[in-house]
Amino acid sequence: MTMEIVVETARMLGADALIEIHSSHIDGCLYHGDSGVLFCEKLASEGARVVVPATTNVGALNLLKPDQSRLSPDQRKMAYRLMMAHEQMGCTPSWTCAPYQAGARPALHQQVAWGESNAVAFVNTVLGARTNRYGDFLDIACAITGRAPYYGLHKPENRRAKLLIDVSALPACLLREDAFFPVLGALTGRLAGETVPLIDGLPTATEDQLKSLCAGAASTGALALIHIVGITPEARDHATALGHLPPEEAVTVTPDMIRQTRDSLSLAPDGAIDSVALGSPHFSTAECRMLLSLANGKPFRVPVYICLGRHTMRALAADGTDKGLADLGVEFVTDTCVVVTPILPAEPGVMMTNSAKFAHYANGNTGHAPVFGTLKECVTSAQSGHVVRDVEVWE
Amino acid sequence: MTTQTTPLIPGTATGTALRLDAPISFWGGVNPQTSEITLAGHPQRGTAIAGTILIIPQLIGSSSSSAVMLELSRAGLAPAALILGSRDAILPVGVIVARQMGWPAIPVLVLPDPPFQTGETLSIAHDGRVTNA
Repeated sequence: MTMEIVVETARMLGADALIEIHSSHIDGCLYHGDSGVLFCEKLASEGARVVVPATTNVGALNLLKPDQSRLSPDQRKMAYRLMMAHEQMGCTPSWTCAPYQAGARPALHQQVAWGESNAVAFVNTVLGARTNRYGDFLDIACAITGRAPYYGLHKPENRRAKLLIDVSALPACLLREDAFFPVLGALTGRLAGETVPLIDGLPTATEDQLKSLCAGAASTGALALIHIVGITPEARDHATALGHLPPEEAVTVTPDMIRQTRDSLSLAPDGAIDSVALGSPHFSTAECRMLLSLANGKPFRVPVYICLGRHTMRALAADGTDKGLADLGVEFVTDTCVVVTPILPAEPGVMMTNSAKFAHYANGNTGHAPVFGTLKECVTSAQSGHVVRDVEVWE
Repeated sequence: MTTQTTPLIPGTATGTALRLDAPISFWGGVNPQTSEITLAGHPQRGTAIAGTILIIPQLIGSSSSSAVMLELSRAGLAPAALILGSRDAILPVGVIVARQMGWPAIPVLVLPDPPFQTGETLSIAHDGRVTNA
């Protein structure tokens, strides 16, 4: 069954060969309905096992706290069965959408088959590994067969940037701001669609900033690879990333474009908020520590959810950061996240976030209206119960 | 009028075209229990895709969309066919798995800049020809 899926996909995409892959990240463990559970249990019961390291993306349950998701008993059972079927097939139970921060880091030029749009964009962009966007079922089929269709971004010639996005005209302080990166990501996704872009003019970027950029771009567009001059491994310079050809299109980003994109991530006016959701992609240890530091001991008046992997929970427990955050009122969400399963307050309200991906998906998936802000704005807003802005950031 | 498309998954279907006026990810954009478009701000929010010949000029978003496609198939809420503007594996894989599980498998065609408009009655032949009645 799995080889048929891989071969049929190759045929549909016009690929004339399969390649061996070195790892996979499996997106199919999130419960969307019983059909996926039945398929994975069929594979597992027929003895299918992964032949390459295969990490799991989020499921619909926090396995450490299954009651956290307000699913019906039947849905909870099926969500659990789906996660267990993946363990039975030999997957590494990482249950995170940021597996690249939990030790799964493909090497430069390595061929892999990853699912989860942000993780796909991250390993292509930041690590220079080669993957297309693998959807549910094809990802597990590739992990079981150890093969993937040779097409798209697996081929070096398709990784060339064609759209130049120049951010060098933006103020230097904005280019360093954490919240600029998810906004630039959202803008990049909208500008590029499916075209590989090259961002020029970013002086530096931390891994967490690149993580949020990739997640934003992969939410608003079908982007799986973004080159960033001087920062990402396949874009040491302009010419390399562009394949020594002129760009087919070029856009100069203005401060207005950034502010408009930022505003488009909010669907509610500034006012009272009902919750704050952080961690799409899953929050890193550094991001959790930053949150604790920004809160400065002042407790939150609305629920603050941090979605994160167990690898991060372990690191937070080691130095007491977990206790510090819990004392402020943080609710930790491991193994899953608040836009894929009902955890946010049952009554739809206003959810503040610093994540472009949460902002993009929150309303459709949860009914909550997102308000986008910086992490500092999320903290001060959670402490006061209404949106508090730090306007200087965007000037 | 007859238009030749490339069948990714051959099959026959007849139905009313629904052309997406803005890109959509099935995951986060289509409710698998009702087939309605749920994406905030989408011009066709609230429209059900079940039974339509769904024209998708541009794809975006999540790689979980295969699972939504499979769920729609099992629930009998799948579109009658998909016509994609570019080759893509995410939705067709949901159709292939549906076929393997013995659930309805719909035709999937590809045609750059598909000319079909919402409301047109379309017939799809096994060889990928689409006839506008």
